Amino acid sequence: MKNKFSILLIVFFTFIFIIFYKGLNNSNIYVPSTQVEKDVPDLKVKLLRSQNEIELKSLFEGNEFYLINIWSSWCGPCREEHPILMNLKNQKNIKIIGLNYKDNKANAEKFLRELGNPYYEILEDNNGSKSIELGAYGVPESFLIHQNKIIRKYIGPLNQNLFTEINSLIK
Amino acid sequence: MKYFKYLFIIFFIMSSISIKAESNDLSYQITKNLRCLICQGQSVYDSDSEFAISLKLVVNEKLNEGLSETEIYDFLKDKYGQWILYDPGLNKNTYLLWLLPLLLFVIGGAIIFKKFIIKKN
Repeated sequence: MKNKFSILLIVFFTFIFIIFYKGLNNSNIYVPSTQVEKDVPDLKVKLLRSQNEIELKSLFEGNEFYLINIWSSWCGPCREEHPILMNLKNQKNIKIIGLNYKDNKANAEKFLRELGNPYYEILEDNNGSKSIELGAYGVPESFLIHQNKIIRKYIGPLNQNLFTEINSLIK
Repeated sequence: MKYFKYLFIIFFIMSSISIKAESNDLSYQITKNLRCLICQGQSVYDSDSEFAISLKLVVNEKLNEGLSETEIYDFLKDKYGQWILYDPGLNKNTYLLWLLPLLLFVIGGAIIFKKFIIKKN
């Protein structure tokens, strides 16, 4: 009986040890899945320049690819990824749509004058609620959209590797 | 009669205050149960990150639209996945979490039963 009990105890502690040991190697930073297949939400958005309200879905009616890029003039990494967006603008088959996150219009315009405007259309999100509806975490973040479906999420600034990935996707 | 009138007015004001407090309580309850995804280890209620501030706004918006607590959880689960909830539902990833304590309880009970009650007889 005693022998049986100690074997059980050893098995139990080995089991716990394995679980904790495996847990040690797991990253405790949550990485959301980037490959998604979700419909663009029904959402009314305001255009930054004309202040007209439009249906978000109406922007993605064409057959090409769209990239929603969430950006802000106060965000450092947005400045970093801007050259990539400027390059992407010159690619065929893709239109970039900016979502200006918690920014003021004058600063946003200044940012674009300084670094160039890669956007086909700019939307306004002055309290961040539109980004939440899209499922975003913060700035910068980009969503690749095709036929009214979000097919990829890029959290954080775009870089050269992601640029090549997007290019191969939109071919 | 006059006193009655005053009493009625006070009652009316009190009840309208409590209605407001109730919706605040619900928003408090919901945001307490949401994990702030970019500031690990904090709930959305406790966090002042841009993400949490916007999320609190959206929760209030949805409550005003008349969505229930579970509908708001479903909405956010659809956008951000199960991870955003502190209180995970039962599914294929969490069944162990839910069933293990129950299983241990049953096993423990069986051991106690075997050791003490059967021995006694």
